[in-house]
Amino acid sequence: MTAELGHFMLIMALFVSLFQASVPLYGAQKNILPLIKTASSAAICQLFLVTAAFLCLIHLYVTSDFSVLNVVQNSHTDKPLIYKISGVWGNHEGSLLLWVLILALFGSAVSIFGNNLPASFQARVLSVQAMIAVGFYLFILLTSNPFQRVLAPPENGNDLNPLLQDLGLAIHPPMLYLGYVGFSIAFSFAIAALIEGKVDSAWARWVRPWTIAAWIFLTGGIALGSWWAYYELGWGGWWFWDPVENASFMPWLAGTALLHSAIVVEKRNSLKGWTVLLAIITFSMSLLGTFIVRSGVLTSVHAFATDPTRGVFILSLLIIVIGGSLTLFAWRGPKLKNVGLFQPISREGALLFNNLILFTAMATILLGTLYPLLLDVINGSKISVGPPFFNSVFIPLMIPMIIAMGIGPFLNWKRGDLISALARLRIVFYISLITAAAIWTVYVEGPFLGVVGITLAAWLGAATIAEFVNKIQLFKAPLGKALQRILIIPRSAWGMTFGHLGLAIAIAGITGAGAWKIESIQSMKPEDTVNVGEYKYTFKGVKFKEGPNYITTIAKFIAQKGTNSKIELYAEKRKYNVSGTQTTEAAIHTTFAGDLYVVIGDSNEKNGTYVTRIYFNPLVAWMWAGTIVMMFGGLLSLSDLNRRSRTSYNKRILPVSI
Amino acid sequence: MKRKHKRLTFVFVALILLTLATSLVLIAFEDNIVFFYSPTEILTKTEEPTQRIRLGGLVKDGSIKKSSSNEITFLVTDNKNTIEVKFYGILPDLFREGQGIVAEGKLNNGTFFAEEVLAKHDENYMPPEVAAAIKKSGQWQGQLK
Repeated sequence: MTAELGHFMLIMALFVSLFQASVPLYGAQKNILPLIKTASSAAICQLFLVTAAFLCLIHLYVTSDFSVLNVVQNSHTDKPLIYKISGVWGNHEGSLLLWVLILALFGSAVSIFGNNLPASFQARVLSVQAMIAVGFYLFILLTSNPFQRVLAPPENGNDLNPLLQDLGLAIHPPMLYLGYVGFSIAFSFAIAALIEGKVDSAWARWVRPWTIAAWIFLTGGIALGSWWAYYELGWGGWWFWDPVENASFMPWLAGTALLHSAIVVEKRNSLKGWTVLLAIITFSMSLLGTFIVRSGVLTSVHAFATDPTRGVFILSLLIIVIGGSLTLFAWRGPKLKNVGLFQPISREGALLFNNLILFTAMATILLGTLYPLLLDVINGSKISVGPPFFNSVFIPLMIPMIIAMGIGPFLNWKRGDLISALARLRIVFYISLITAAAIWTVYVEGPFLGVVGITLAAWLGAATIAEFVNKIQLFKAPLGKALQRILIIPRSAWGMTFGHLGLAIAIAGITGAGAWKIESIQSMKPEDTVNVGEYKYTFKGVKFKEGPNYITTIAKFIAQKGTNSKIELYAEKRKYNVSGTQTTEAAIHTTFAGDLYVVIGDSNEKNGTYVTRIYFNPLVAWMWAGTIVMMFGGLLSLSDLNRRSRTSYNKRILPVSI
Repeated sequence: MKRKHKRLTFVFVALILLTLATSLVLIAFEDNIVFFYSPTEILTKTEEPTQRIRLGGLVKDGSIKKSSSNEITFLVTDNKNTIEVKFYGILPDLFREGQGIVAEGKLNNGTFFAEEVLAKHDENYMPPEVAAAIKKSGQWQGQLK
């Protein structure tokens, strides 16, 4: 019964969204208030229906109802409860249900928190949201119904892919989706603005908090995904420039550009067309990401079982959304008048420069990701474009951007003074030079790029701090005054400081882990020792243990640096009972300078040895810490922007009572 | 700065970026594209490819051998031809006989020295290149998803 109920709720949701996509939009065009007002209630109704459907699916999983195909394929009675629940979105059908749930969640957020928007504008936004929803409901109902029954229910299920039975991966997809789908709001705002033919600073003030919220989630989602890859895949790496990773990185780059260009719209009433275009592109990249992951057209380490009809459906959806919105942009875009061109050397000039680079970076990644597909279609050659391509294209683009990131905040709006900005950055420049010299002498034989990366991190970090010091006039005004100034700095400015500082920390981490990683593969007998980096590792043998639904081999290692205290490491290899698949649980010991990382491989029956792989991954923790700092900066901005967007709109709207 | 000059500056910066990006992409494509071959395609080539390539196919049943130095040797097949692959290191968790895999490395006198072996998250999953290669060799039986 539950399955049919869930299915019914979904069909109802489709009809509500069909209504929401058309009636309020018509009302807004013809200025019929009762019709405009239906948008909000429809959005909330939709959320109610999708939530009900989602709860039904959770219920089916928790009670292990094996008369439902989706549950049979992805669950098992022995599975721990938490993975029964996370299994709901650990598969194609369920994850799409999660997608529409989040879409509905954002839609009703606009209807609840957006009561200070002009009513007709809000109705248009919600209509556009509903149009996206219609596409996805149809997709689910026609090609990927999670509530499909099986004729002969089996005794037990096939179990969830063991690699996905992991806490990090239980929260990774919801986070990522909150990011992907969050950008739909910016998209809907852009389309609604194009329909109205008006973009102003109030519009930007409204779009920014939604964009930042989505950006925070996407940042977190990407970081969680790469953290998972780092500890679960056992390859010692955390980013592989894999199509699926690129799929999440492209909207991130576009979204970051959008975040910055919206500031220019708000403060200077300029770059309007570009910002609207970016909003469209960012969400299109999110959809493309869904297509790449769900269609399986590209070989990926993350690819799941796929079905070509679904790919065709998403591709058509993609073409309709991107093609439609770009056509609308071409038609209505020229109506968005900017307040003249601005000086190249200025804050807005620097932000535009950042935008151009982020966009170029995104475009090159897009090219590298889709090129194999293109070539396959054209002449059938099978190629792959791997990390060397992306590294050699992406890194050179980032270098000028990070240099500019140090200078930009020192430039004034309208007309900046590059010479005085550089003069104020003199100390920062010396700090970077000293850092470069220090790294260069310590790691003479290491890759040159390592020196470049750490120097850039030092430059960006020091420049961000210098800008902050400059803002509060520390060392210039009396100390008491300076401290007072700290209190009045708007939280959005704090947001920038933390955001840029976080990136500096993350760059240091990325550089360290990329440039000075030490890897050692060997076969070891118990009590064998091996030196990797500054540590001596002793293999203490293996033990076998039984987990809830797996058997595990636990290998114990002791690592010691000089005469320091011993570090115990336990690397596991698990074999899951139902599917018979194995997973690796790397042993990781995190220190400030880097991670000790040990993986145990297969045993060799002939001589009782085990293959072991031992890494020293420098500065990895910095990467995660930097990401958290960046997200914190986003949160600070969000809290500020949210307040500002509400007050400013209230002021504007109050006199015109609706 | 005059309006015309401002516009020119932007156009100029955008052009520089475009040129930079295009040349980066072209240079990177030149060096870093890895072609994919099936065992049959490699054996029918008159000249052995010297650059890094990807080899895809099924791990032949009963062909996995481990030497005492933990070098692993196995055969990759498209059900028509086979190629011997040597690999030193830890194989992916989903590596097993009968499984579709993709190996990246170099060929030397008919033996493939793999630097990396990729198997997928899902045990039922077949890399699309491998599926296409087996179909091409005429040995596709449709039993594999």
